[in-house]
Amino acid sequence: MFTPVQAIGRLTIGYVRELGRMGWFILYSLYMIARRPGHPLYILKQMRFIGTKSLFVIVLTAAFTGMVLGLQGYYTLAKFGSEGMLGTAVALSLIRELGPVLSALMVTGRAGSAITAEIGIMRISEQIDALETMALDPFKYLITPKFVAAMISLPLLCAIFDVVGIYGGWLVGVKLLGVNPGAYFYEMEKSVVWRDVYSGMIKSFSFGMIIAWIGCYKGYFSGHGAEGVSRATTESVVLTSVLVLVWDYFLTSILL
Amino acid sequence: MIKLTDVHKSFGAQKVLNGLSLEIPEGKVTAIIGPSGEGKSVLLKHIIGLLQPDSGRIEVDGESILGLRRSQLNRIREKFGMLFQNAALFDSMSVFENVAFPLQEKTKLTRDEIHRRVLSALEDVGLKNVEEKFPDELSGGMKKRVGLARAVVLNPKIILFDEPTTGLDPVIKRAIHHLIKETHAKFGFTAVIVSHEIPDIFDIAQNVAMLYQGEILQHGTPDEIQASSHPVVRQFISGSLDGPIHLG
Repeated sequence: MFTPVQAIGRLTIGYVRELGRMGWFILYSLYMIARRPGHPLYILKQMRFIGTKSLFVIVLTAAFTGMVLGLQGYYTLAKFGSEGMLGTAVALSLIRELGPVLSALMVTGRAGSAITAEIGIMRISEQIDALETMALDPFKYLITPKFVAAMISLPLLCAIFDVVGIYGGWLVGVKLLGVNPGAYFYEMEKSVVWRDVYSGMIKSFSFGMIIAWIGCYKGYFSGHGAEGVSRATTESVVLTSVLVLVWDYFLTSILL
Repeated sequence: MIKLTDVHKSFGAQKVLNGLSLEIPEGKVTAIIGPSGEGKSVLLKHIIGLLQPDSGRIEVDGESILGLRRSQLNRIREKFGMLFQNAALFDSMSVFENVAFPLQEKTKLTRDEIHRRVLSALEDVGLKNVEEKFPDELSGGMKKRVGLARAVVLNPKIILFDEPTTGLDPVIKRAIHHLIKETHAKFGFTAVIVSHEIPDIFDIAQNVAMLYQGEILQHGTPDEIQASSHPVVRQFISGSLDGPIHLG
């Protein structure tokens, strides 16, 4: 039996150890990427899984996000007689914030969980051990291709999200609510600057890294059996989503 | 030669290896026998560096494998092949790709040569026309044979077998044992087999070591082990319920 102080100490040591292991995991992954990023074929395969296969959900979410922004934006701006600024409001919300964050959350749910499950199953069925016994580094075959693929795919998905979302806003604002189509795009073009675009891309890039990091880490160190993999998958989705939102705040405060 | 000296390993409060010492001679088949849960698979994982002991020494061909950098450890691991308990085939790859994988990654052979070597390795383990199948389409015995083909395809100096026949029917079991014996005679590797298959294992192994309570209780030729008067060894070989080995 532990006294309360011992229990707190034990818990703290456990968390510190876990944090250390997570830190080592991402540092070693980045070191491996710098040294040998993995076979292009593995990277392309992962890009197809993380990127291409997420397209449908990204387009769908983006369209409805843009449409909701169109609706909400119109009714807010109409109060000030500034409906013409709708394009700017939709574009800036999407490019700076909603595009990177929502695309990252969608990819977390679709691909992040699958990455954890895949690596977790390979761990419990000794496939990772098999790689090690062949004197092959599992990071080179399993981890770094996923990191590279996620860091490339997320900005691309985010760009698609932004474009589809802007047209979603246009559909509602211009076609349904009668905002001047010229004003929608002209005001947008006037207000959106490159800094907005690349700050969104930087966010997406770093969210891609977070998704690959937590997805791979949780799978690599998943517990025993089906229950261990299932728990790891849940933890992976929750932790990635939280980290994306927390990191988004800090990154926004730096990039503003 | 593989040499383990005073190896200790615990998982939490559970002591698994308790001062284990063992010498595994080169070019021979050594069987590790012992009750379930005594750490036989843990011992194999220490030999290939998948697990690190809490204390003690492990040497392969006179070189310590402890405290090495990954690249140094991988140089030693290149001497090894391993057949896992559940074969550990890569489930996203076909049988052909599984066996070809070590050749693609560790050699500079041409595609044709790899193709020829894979088919030859599969033929050696008695498998034909399964190259395009995936692991989930194979029976347990076939998986083990593919695992064996993958383990021998690079002609390693040492092969570790982790319960190669567990869960198989008697005919397949006999076939796998025969296969190990045949491939050993053909390639002359050092083999370490963790097995419960008494008395079959005595026909394959030239050395037998009995692991009990984290230590090597007895080590000798199959005849010496079978003639042992030690009550634990006697009980284990006879499969009797009466004796010092307690269930659970």
